[in-house]
Amino acid sequence: MIKRTFPAVRRVLSPGVRYFSGRDTTEDVCDGTDSPHDTKQASLYVHWPYCLRRCSYCSFNKYIAREDNSHIMTQCFQRETETLLQLSQVSSITSVFFGGGTPSLAHPSTVAAILEAVSKHVNLFDKAEITLEVNPTPVGMSKLKDFCHAGVNRVSIGVQSLQDDDLIFLGRDHSCHQALQTIEEARRLCPGRVSIDVMFGRPRQSIESWENELSELLKVCDDHVSLYQLTLERGTQLFKQVQRGEVAVPGDDVTAEMYQCARRTLHQHGFLQYEVSNFARHNAVSHHNMSYWKGRQYIGVGPGAHGRFVPLGEGGVVREARIQTLEPDVWIREVQQRGHGTRRRIQLHHLDVRLEEVLVMGMRTTEGINHKHWELFSPQLGLHEVFGKSNDVQELLQSGQLILDDRSLRCSWDGLAVLDSILPALLVELETKILQRRQRNHSSDGQTEQASSPR
Amino acid sequence: MYRLIFYFALKETIDLSKFPVDRIRNFCIIAHIDHGKSTLADRLLEITGTVSKTEKNKQVLDKLQVERERGITVKAQTASLLYNHQGQQYLLNLIDTPGHVDFSYEVSRSISACQGVLLIVDANQGIQAQTMANFYLAFEAQLSIIPVINKIDLKNADPETVESQIEKAFDIPRAECIRISAKLGTNVENVLQAVVDRIPPPPVSTDGPFKALVFDSSFDHYRGVVANIAVFGGRVRRGDKIVSAHLGKAYEVNELGLLRPEEHPTQKLFAGQVGYIIAGMKDVKEAQIGDTLYLQEQPVEALPGFKRAKAMVFAGIYPMDQSEYPGLRSAIERLTLNDSSVTVQRDSSMALGAGWRLGFLGLLHMEVFNQRLEQEYNASVIVTAPTVPYKAILSSAKLIKTRRAVQKNMVYIDDQRVMIKYLFPLNEIIVDFYDLLKSLSSGYASFDYEIAGYQAADLIKLDILLNGRPVEELTTIVHTDRAYSTGKAVCERLKDSIPRQLFEIAIQAVIGSKVIARETIKAYRKNVLAKCYGGDITRKMKLLKRQAEGKKKMRRIGNVEVPKDAFINVLKRKDK
Repeated sequence: MIKRTFPAVRRVLSPGVRYFSGRDTTEDVCDGTDSPHDTKQASLYVHWPYCLRRCSYCSFNKYIAREDNSHIMTQCFQRETETLLQLSQVSSITSVFFGGGTPSLAHPSTVAAILEAVSKHVNLFDKAEITLEVNPTPVGMSKLKDFCHAGVNRVSIGVQSLQDDDLIFLGRDHSCHQALQTIEEARRLCPGRVSIDVMFGRPRQSIESWENELSELLKVCDDHVSLYQLTLERGTQLFKQVQRGEVAVPGDDVTAEMYQCARRTLHQHGFLQYEVSNFARHNAVSHHNMSYWKGRQYIGVGPGAHGRFVPLGEGGVVREARIQTLEPDVWIREVQQRGHGTRRRIQLHHLDVRLEEVLVMGMRTTEGINHKHWELFSPQLGLHEVFGKSNDVQELLQSGQLILDDRSLRCSWDGLAVLDSILPALLVELETKILQRRQRNHSSDGQTEQASSPR
Repeated sequence: MYRLIFYFALKETIDLSKFPVDRIRNFCIIAHIDHGKSTLADRLLEITGTVSKTEKNKQVLDKLQVERERGITVKAQTASLLYNHQGQQYLLNLIDTPGHVDFSYEVSRSISACQGVLLIVDANQGIQAQTMANFYLAFEAQLSIIPVINKIDLKNADPETVESQIEKAFDIPRAECIRISAKLGTNVENVLQAVVDRIPPPPVSTDGPFKALVFDSSFDHYRGVVANIAVFGGRVRRGDKIVSAHLGKAYEVNELGLLRPEEHPTQKLFAGQVGYIIAGMKDVKEAQIGDTLYLQEQPVEALPGFKRAKAMVFAGIYPMDQSEYPGLRSAIERLTLNDSSVTVQRDSSMALGAGWRLGFLGLLHMEVFNQRLEQEYNASVIVTAPTVPYKAILSSAKLIKTRRAVQKNMVYIDDQRVMIKYLFPLNEIIVDFYDLLKSLSSGYASFDYEIAGYQAADLIKLDILLNGRPVEELTTIVHTDRAYSTGKAVCERLKDSIPRQLFEIAIQAVIGSKVIARETIKAYRKNVLAKCYGGDITRKMKLLKRQAEGKKKMRRIGNVEVPKDAFINVLKRKDK
């Protein structure tokens, strides 16, 4: 049974704040285990696997529901949430994100039940960010109010396009008009906490039409915009259409220009880019997503959901990447039988694996990785030590794509657009430095590194 | 195996010296590929074995079957056959190189130790290119030629036509042709009779000083060099001190004997006989093919020997990974021990690391060598495009068609077959000519070549630049008329193989300071995954780690990172 925990009622500690425990923090970080301040909290991702129809570009783990099984789903979500919370031993959940699929197809009562299950066992603050992805259909819109009553306080609307032709072609189940109405309703319910998802690089799209579309969006949007370039995923209908030459998508140069143009336009309208695809004004960033890029723990619930946390509840000390069973029916059976549907567990043993993730995810943000944050994961090897002397990095610094200063390691405006060409160089450098250090430690006959890490 | 030894042990009781020279015949089998050379050799071995009165036929056959089951078919090798003909016992030396490689150099080696040849022609296919080439070799050496028409058992066999071809092309009366089926053994006995009747005994004398021609050599890890020799005069026995005419070095004979085809030690070898000799030579280079061996106290004039095998096709061979270098080195050393015609030079390419530049006698030779490296030594190698030695740049050569060929003559072999002779620059036929010819003629055309010496040609050095920096390993010598197309092709291949980078990359083909071709790889303007949330991290990390691994293996030219694959794509021989 679920072990009841009695978390102290207090503000959740920010990760920068030292958390005291009987264990030696330095040692923990060295062997790849998470330090306690990390393991006491997590964010929660809930995956609703069903959609009404298949979008032609989507390769996500989603299913077309055959019957209403919301009762069973609700039970299973609750059960798995409880099991995994217990397993993680966290005392608080910092944010919840309902994604999918089309989570706005779920009953608001399901959302309420899951949130109840969370707050029954751990700390879930009133102000914790609870986001729901919403398809801007009339049904989705009509349920918004109930979702908000259930606890949702942030809405992410999959607008994708303001062109009805494109919406039909992409297989979306809403119209431009419905999207605008949904935005309006959401802004009324959650003012300042509405995000819209928009897609560029769509078939037949031109830079000019994209510019026009952007200015239309800016008239109606709230304080958060996510821009995604349409990617052709193997196995999707769109992929096949492009392969067969039936559909043409804009070339690399065009999509690059679309991206730059959007960044400029949004900037002019007061939106600060805080991540490769995310823009916010009035500081309306998605805290849930930020926690991924900061390398914090998260628990994934639902078919195919991913999680990353230390299973302290079964004596684990190493962070694990955990993936839940993909197919909803199988997942239901597994949750009913053993309380959770975790299908794969990968131990993120080594320090370098953790550091690599911190690097790769952190570099996606415009603030990059600050020294203090890096030190949490790598107390012995500072950012300057790892990257300061490398020729490759020097070239990137000189070309102005990368910045390493007293504040942080981060991409410049231009660099962020080509991050995936920068990261391999950084990863190689990191690996080299870790290896060198390890060899030095070996040669110094297992001397402890304690002394070298003033904290 | 036991029975076999017993069988030969019985034979050993026959004193080799009792074979007067006039009852010895030295011959070889020459044929176009697949016309049945090995099958006939098998049959001859079988037949000469089965005529033995003391042994049951079955046992010899059994032995051969066992060999086949083990996959060690009795290939055409040097073998001494005992054959009874009209109450006389003859020693028939079937001389052939044990090679896997079928080119005229090897054939000429065997021919020089022979007085006659069996020229096999497929009753179905008729005269082919190598039939012609081999005929001329034998003809020029003034050997007796016995035309053998093989595969008469096949449905489409047309020995009549083939006989006409032979008559017309070789001026050999059709009556001299022997129609056989080596597969079924039909008429093979007649072949042996013809060998005895039509081929003269070797013109040698047992009385004179010992003199032997080295016509092949191999290396045995335990015993050193094993040289195959044809004794042209006198005799040699175990313990004799012999000298290599080529090196002037003296050796003591440790072991000698006949090849049947297995080594079969004897006490002596006599003039006219063919066998092997082991004399403490440590390196195949000491048993130079074509060398003359003589007794230390009785020096003789060296036999004409052979022209040194001259490598005509070169290829760069590099390990896939530099860590495999030592393994590849020992594999090459071991293979070249048994194939002294391969020249080995150490080489290094900045792209591919340390490797070798190997010289081969021909393309087939090269292919077999590489295949053996891969199959027998499990070495994964990068083979760069073969190059041909050039001597000088003088003036323009005449060009005919795209291959710069000059037609030399044209002879109708019969009303369905024509033989056309062209003079080609070697580099034009070296890579893919044969394959193209085969595909253009739906497999009907056959092809053979011999080296016609150096010809003046208009050649030029082509450099490849990446952002202005020369890529030295891609520098090539090309014919002026090909410079543009070659340069263009290399640039295009590079463009396809170098990933986009953070800056623009100019790929140029340059002659001197003149740019003749250019491709541009545009800089990345956007390269970042749009979505990266909780569920995407694992996949994203995997992708990036792979790229980081790839980056470590990149070669930098200036600021340009070039994957090793790019060089391989440009340098490697194009697949068929």
